[in-house]
Amino acid sequence: MSDNLREQLLLLPAYFQGHLLLTLAAISMGVLISVPLGVWAEQSARVKRPLLAVVSIIQTFPSLAILALVVALLGGRIGFLPAFIALTLYSMLPIVRNTVTGLESVSASVIDAAKGIGMSPNQILREVKLPLAMPVIVAGIRTAMVWTVGLATLSTLVGATSFGNYIFTGLQTRNLVAVMVGSFASASLAVGLDGLVASMQWLLEKRSEAVDSARLKRIRLSVYGVTAIIVSLALYGLIPKPRADFVVAGKPFTEQYIMAGLLAQELEEAGFSVEQRLGMGTAVVYEAIRNGTVDVYVEYTGTVWANFMSRESNPGREGIRSGVVEFLEEQNVTTLGFTGFQNRYALAMRRDRALELGVTSIEDLIPIAAELSAGSDLEFFGRTEWFRLRDLYNMDFADKLTFDTSLMYTAVAERQVDVISAYTTDGRVAAYDLLLLDDPRNALLAYDAMILASENAAAQPKFVQVLDSLVDSISDEAMRQANRLVDVDGESISVALEYLGDEMAKN
Amino acid sequence: MALIMIELKNVQKSYDGGATLAVANTSLTIERGEFLGLIGASGCGKTTTLKMINRLEEPSSGEILVNDRNVVDQNPEQLRRNIGYVFQGIGLFPHRTVAENVAAVPRLLQWSAGDIRARCEECMEMVGLPFDEYGDRSPSQLSGGQQQRIGVARALAARPEVVLMDEPFGALDPITRSELQEEFKSIQQNMALTVVMVTHDMTEALLLADRIAVMREGVVLQIGTPKELLNNPSHDYVRDIVAMPRRRAQRLEELMRNE
Repeated sequence: MSDNLREQLLLLPAYFQGHLLLTLAAISMGVLISVPLGVWAEQSARVKRPLLAVVSIIQTFPSLAILALVVALLGGRIGFLPAFIALTLYSMLPIVRNTVTGLESVSASVIDAAKGIGMSPNQILREVKLPLAMPVIVAGIRTAMVWTVGLATLSTLVGATSFGNYIFTGLQTRNLVAVMVGSFASASLAVGLDGLVASMQWLLEKRSEAVDSARLKRIRLSVYGVTAIIVSLALYGLIPKPRADFVVAGKPFTEQYIMAGLLAQELEEAGFSVEQRLGMGTAVVYEAIRNGTVDVYVEYTGTVWANFMSRESNPGREGIRSGVVEFLEEQNVTTLGFTGFQNRYALAMRRDRALELGVTSIEDLIPIAAELSAGSDLEFFGRTEWFRLRDLYNMDFADKLTFDTSLMYTAVAERQVDVISAYTTDGRVAAYDLLLLDDPRNALLAYDAMILASENAAAQPKFVQVLDSLVDSISDEAMRQANRLVDVDGESISVALEYLGDEMAKN
Repeated sequence: MALIMIELKNVQKSYDGGATLAVANTSLTIERGEFLGLIGASGCGKTTTLKMINRLEEPSSGEILVNDRNVVDQNPEQLRRNIGYVFQGIGLFPHRTVAENVAAVPRLLQWSAGDIRARCEECMEMVGLPFDEYGDRSPSQLSGGQQQRIGVARALAARPEVVLMDEPFGALDPITRSELQEEFKSIQQNMALTVVMVTHDMTEALLLADRIAVMREGVVLQIGTPKELLNNPSHDYVRDIVAMPRRRAQRLEELMRNE
């Protein structure tokens, strides 16, 4: 077994447990809410249409958007609760719809008979309609279950533990083993839970048959056994674990995994216990540090300036720094210091292509931009920085394509696009021999990496003192090398941490 | 003990607030132990009349007494549990065994398990489907005729004095229908059941009923014994609908004579 695989499998119990608890809790709540709603809708045409419309609309929302919305509605709260609520909402459509369909499909003559022999509406529902609709309702629950297991992987992005931790970390750090372990585990859980529900349903149907063979008893025993084990595993997760002293967070890209690892390592060496919440979305992690569910993470000045302060101007590197620190102070977020490197956007070209076209700065692109194609990450062409660049240089590209980050680098390396919006500390800039173009008109923002701390954490002198060692400790070049070890050379995060440790020791 | 079991007094039913009457100003009395046939074309109001007796439909005006008690003064569910109900759709519960179907009303009435079991055996025996052989089967394993036998057994299980039947044998093949008709008639006589049966089959009504009420467009045109209807039809419509079975009988007789 490779080291990588062994390392991944060590994480399995925690991720499995998180995923299982999330899925079972959401499905149980989904059933508790959706079946009564379905019953209500079947009885009242006035309820049915709007209800089905609402649950269908929830379903059409992109699942990531639902997660982000729930986090926002909860005032930035991250972790189990928002993921649980979002997954519950998402599980509702198939259960509500199948409950309605199942009840509606009960034969009219059976209901007439039930009424005719003197059953009350309640008895008709409980003793006739629900049992007869049960196979259809259970089919809905099974559909919801398989969806929920799959969607639960996304809850990693709002800081809930799941198999998604494997997948997102693996994707961002190009660790295919992790991605495969996560995907396989998630798929197995879906198949397993689906099979379990199917066999429970089968047993329920057999119950009415008087035959009670030894085989049936064995099957019943094993189904109940497996169910008991799974439920207790999930419930075990509800036992509160000793809370870590600090929660370190990070966003889903390599540099952030490395920096979160570095923060955690420093704190642990100083004797603190640390919990890492990795791969969180920018807005989510920012909300979380404001309300204290996250204690520390690395943010970039330009991100705060453009995303959270919604500024469209560019007062230069120092101007942004001071503006951002002041703003964060008002938001009860403390800036412990700047790490020394900045990871900003820069337009980049293959060196040979730049030479061929005679380009060294963005100004050189002005006359030829209308014939060039450009690639960016998912965000860049939507950011105010790009609009400012476009206006200041008064140019636009012939084609603008957006890519996943690693595909963006591949695209420029393979000459599918001429220019990309590279990140200055990205290891792939050097690996693909890209030329970063100068920006004489200061269109692009500065992105100084800074260590942000929650109000609570910043009030602890020892915490501040420990992390002070990271201030001004990492150069652009060191960060680029660390990123490169992971992104280009396929090393693990711990190798990158070792490298950074050595670099910092030299200074 | 009252001689009259069911009494309808000036009963009307309208589904559109009085603009049209599904049942118009109908009065009927049905004696204890009597078998009344309600006959007429589709939409004549015969099923509505039947369903008002156990409150599956509510009359718009008028009174209905069962056993001297006004039905609207009784809880509809309690009322229905004391009145047997058999209809063309049969409506056996597919998720219950045959025995559980027969036991449905006694169970609603919260009889003891022993009483329910004994009564199930009795009723199933009565309709010719022994409990030991058929009790554990699922309704889907029975033929159409057997299912309706169980429908009858279910209706009789709680020892009702009144049984309402809505075209109970309409969906059965002629031989099965004829068997069930005869068997049911003898059960009715043995148990002195008061039966109201809706049918559109005049032959069935003539053979089973003590008296027949002919309905058209919500109105009872004539009510009388089969003999009275055959000999003294009061309307052309009545004459027409009793003529058919009579013509058939004559034809059959001629055929037999010619052989």
